[in-house]
Amino acid sequence: MTVLPELLSIVTELQKRFRGRLDSVRTAHVNEVYVHATMDLVAGFTAHLYRKWNARLVSFFADDARPGEGAFHLYYVFALDAAHGFIVLRVPVSPDKPEFISLTNAIHAVNWQEREVQDMFGLKLLGHPNPRRCALHDHWPEVYPLRKDFDLRATLPPFQGEHHKFRAVEGEGVFQVPVGPVHAGIIEPGHFLFSVAGEPVLYLQLRLFYVHKGTEKLFESLPVPHCVRLAESISGDSSFAHATAFCYAVERAADVEAPPRARALRTACLELERIYNHLADIGAICTDVAFVTANMHAMRLKERVLRVNERLAGNRLLRGMACLGGVRFDWDTEQLRALADLVNELETELNSLVELIRGSSSTRDRLETTGVLKPELARDLGIVGIAGRASGFDHDLRRDFPHAFYDKVQFTVPVFSEGDVQRRMAVRREELYQSFSIIRQLLERLPPGPICAPLAEVPPDRTALGYVEGWRGEIFHWVRTAPGNRLARCKIKDPSLQNWPSLSEAILGNIVPDFPVVNKSFNLSYSGTDR
Amino acid sequence: MFEILRASLKTGVVTTRYPATPAEVSSRARGRPEIDWANWKDARPGATICPTGAISYQDANGQREAKLDLAKCIFCGLCAEVDGAIRMTNNCQCATPRRDDLSTRATYRLRGDGTHDQILTGPLVGQPRNPEQRPVETESLETLGKQIKQRTSKLFGRSLHIREVDAGSCNGCEIEIVGLNSPVYDLERFGVHFVASPRHADMLLVTGPVTRNMELALKKTYDAMPPPRLVAAVGACGCSGGSLASTTPPVAAWTP
Repeated sequence: MTVLPELLSIVTELQKRFRGRLDSVRTAHVNEVYVHATMDLVAGFTAHLYRKWNARLVSFFADDARPGEGAFHLYYVFALDAAHGFIVLRVPVSPDKPEFISLTNAIHAVNWQEREVQDMFGLKLLGHPNPRRCALHDHWPEVYPLRKDFDLRATLPPFQGEHHKFRAVEGEGVFQVPVGPVHAGIIEPGHFLFSVAGEPVLYLQLRLFYVHKGTEKLFESLPVPHCVRLAESISGDSSFAHATAFCYAVERAADVEAPPRARALRTACLELERIYNHLADIGAICTDVAFVTANMHAMRLKERVLRVNERLAGNRLLRGMACLGGVRFDWDTEQLRALADLVNELETELNSLVELIRGSSSTRDRLETTGVLKPELARDLGIVGIAGRASGFDHDLRRDFPHAFYDKVQFTVPVFSEGDVQRRMAVRREELYQSFSIIRQLLERLPPGPICAPLAEVPPDRTALGYVEGWRGEIFHWVRTAPGNRLARCKIKDPSLQNWPSLSEAILGNIVPDFPVVNKSFNLSYSGTDR
Repeated sequence: MFEILRASLKTGVVTTRYPATPAEVSSRARGRPEIDWANWKDARPGATICPTGAISYQDANGQREAKLDLAKCIFCGLCAEVDGAIRMTNNCQCATPRRDDLSTRATYRLRGDGTHDQILTGPLVGQPRNPEQRPVETESLETLGKQIKQRTSKLFGRSLHIREVDAGSCNGCEIEIVGLNSPVYDLERFGVHFVASPRHADMLLVTGPVTRNMELALKKTYDAMPPPRLVAAVGACGCSGGSLASTTPPVAAWTP
C-alpha cells in the first residue's frame, strides 16, 4: 500500500534512527503506519517524534490480545499534523509481568488515559505521579472490565474499597467547597472540589467517570452495524460526529470508501451539529454572566436548527443518519431548500445576536481575562478543539487531515492566543460563520450519485483509525476487527478526555462565581469522557 | 438596554401554542414504530436488525410470541426498512404511567419455514381483554397528562418542581430537557419548574441507565427529597437500562 510522501520520509528517518530496534513497520492505510517495538523504546521514540517531528500523542490505549497473540498490546497514536499522517506505536506487555512505564511526567496529556488503562486492564503503572484509580470508583472490586475474560453481564457484588481522598489545600482561612456529582443545572454529573481562600480558587480537583457505562466493552458484544447506533450514544451532543468517526474507522478497516455525495452529506451534518452546539454555548456563556436575554435568542435559534435536523435526518440530534459506507438518507430539493434557508436566516440572526452581546459592556467585562488558559499550558496538556484554538494551539483535523468532503471546500480556522472565555466564545462565533460558508459551498456543488457504498461484512483482524473534527474537537475511534462481522476492540477518544485537566488550570486565581462560565466556555462532555 | 428591548420586540412571541394546537413535528420525523400486527408475517428480520432488542420473539410449542418494547426503542427506523409490516410514525408522544403499557405482545402460529401466519392473541384480535392493556394510543399522552395533573394538583397544588439527575445518560436527553426551558417550549407556563436542589423538588427526573458510579448519588438525591415525591424515567436508557428497577422506588411516568 502506498503511503503519503511526507509520512514516508518520516518513517524512513525513524527506521534509520532506530535501526534494529523496530520489530516491524506496517502500512495500514495511506496516512496510518504501525510501528511494532518493545517497552524500552517507548520513551525514546516518543521524545524523538515530539522533538524532531512536532508530533502529538493523540490517543493511548491498551488491547487485550492474549487470546490471539499471548500478550496485551499498548498503542500510542501520534498525529503528525504537517505530514498529514498518523504513526501508531504498538508495544506488547507480557501477562506474566503486567506493568508498563508511564509517560505522564514527560507528556501530561496522557495522564488520565494511562490511569484508565491501569483500571481497565490491570496493567500496573510504573513511575506515574498520581497512579490512583480514575475510571472505576472505590466501590468497584478488583476487576479489569476490558480484559477478554471479564464477562459483560457479570453482576458485581457490593464492595467498599478505600475511600477516595481529595488532596486539599490547607492553611489559615482556606476552605474546601465540594460540588457535585449532582449539579444544580440540567447537566451531567461530575465532582469538583475547590480549595478557596476568600473568593479566589487556589486549587481545583476533578473527579469524573460517574457516567462510565462500559461503552467500549459493549462495542465488543455487538454486530458491527449495531455499533453505529451505539456510537451515537457516546456523547449525545456529538451523536453524528462519533457515529461518523466510528463508520470511518470501520470503512478504513474494510477498505471501503464512502461515495462523494455521502461524504458531502456527512460534512453538512457535521457542520449542522457544530452550528447548534456553538449557538447553545454562546447563549449559555451569556446566561452564566446573567445576560439571559441573549441566551433566549440563542436557544430560539438552536431550536430552528434542531427542527431542520429533524426534516433532514428524521431526528433532532441527527441520529439514525450515519451508516457504514455513507449515510442513510438522501435529501430532495425541498430539504436542500430548507437547509439553504436555515443558513441564510441564521446568518442574519447571528449578526444581530453578536451585536447584542457586543453592546453589553458588563458581559464583556466578565468574559475578558476570565479563565485564561495560557498557550504554553495548552500545548503541554495537548488541548484540542475550541479550547486549544482559543489558546493558540492551531489544529483542526478538517484542515490537517481532511476527511469527509473537507478537502473540497474552502474555510479558515480561527485561532486566538489569549485563551480566555471571551476568546473561546469568539472561536465559536467565527466557526459559525465558517460553517455557514461550508454548507453554502456544499449546496452549490453537491455531487450526484449514490449515498452509500456496500459494506456487508468487515474482514477480520484488521486495525484502523477513524477520525472526525467534531464541534468540540478531534474525535478518534480505533477498531480491531474480529471474525463474524464483530469487533475485538473499539477505542473511543473524545476531545473532552483530553481537555478536562485544562479546566483545573484555567480556573486558578479566578473567583468561584466565575466557575460556571469558565466551565461552560470549555463545555466538555462527561459522557464522552467517562463512556 | 434599548437594543435588548428592540431585539425582543422585533422577535415577538415564539412560544408554541401546544397543547392548544398539535406539536409541530416534521412529517419526516421518526417517532413511534407501528406494527401491522394482524398481517405481520415474520418477526425475525425486525428482531435481527433492531440494535436494542426492542423487537424480540420467542418460539415454543409451534407458537411464536413477538414483542415490541417501546421502552427500548431508539426510533432508528431500521426495522421499517426491512419489514413492510412495520411503519415509522411521526408520533413522538409515548409517555405513560405504567411500564407495561410500553410493550405490546402478540402470539402467532409458527410455520415450518420460520415465518408465522395466523395471529392468535394480541392487539386487534377480538376485544382487548382489558382496555388498560391496549398499546399506547395517541390519546394516552392526554390521559397521562390528566392523570398527572390530578395527582399533582392533589399533592402539589398547581405547580410541579423537578430535580433532574443524569444517572449515566449520553447527554442527548439533557439537550432536549434543557430545550423545554427555551422560549419556544417555555415549560414554566404549565407551572413546571426545574429546581437546583432535591430539597425543593416534587419529582425526580432520571435519565440514563443508572451506572454503578452514579447509583449512590441518585439514591442520596431521592432520599433528600421530601415526600410526597414522584420519579419519572426519561429516554430509552432511563426506561429500560436494567438497573433502574433495583435502585429507585416506583416510577410514576415513563417517557422513552
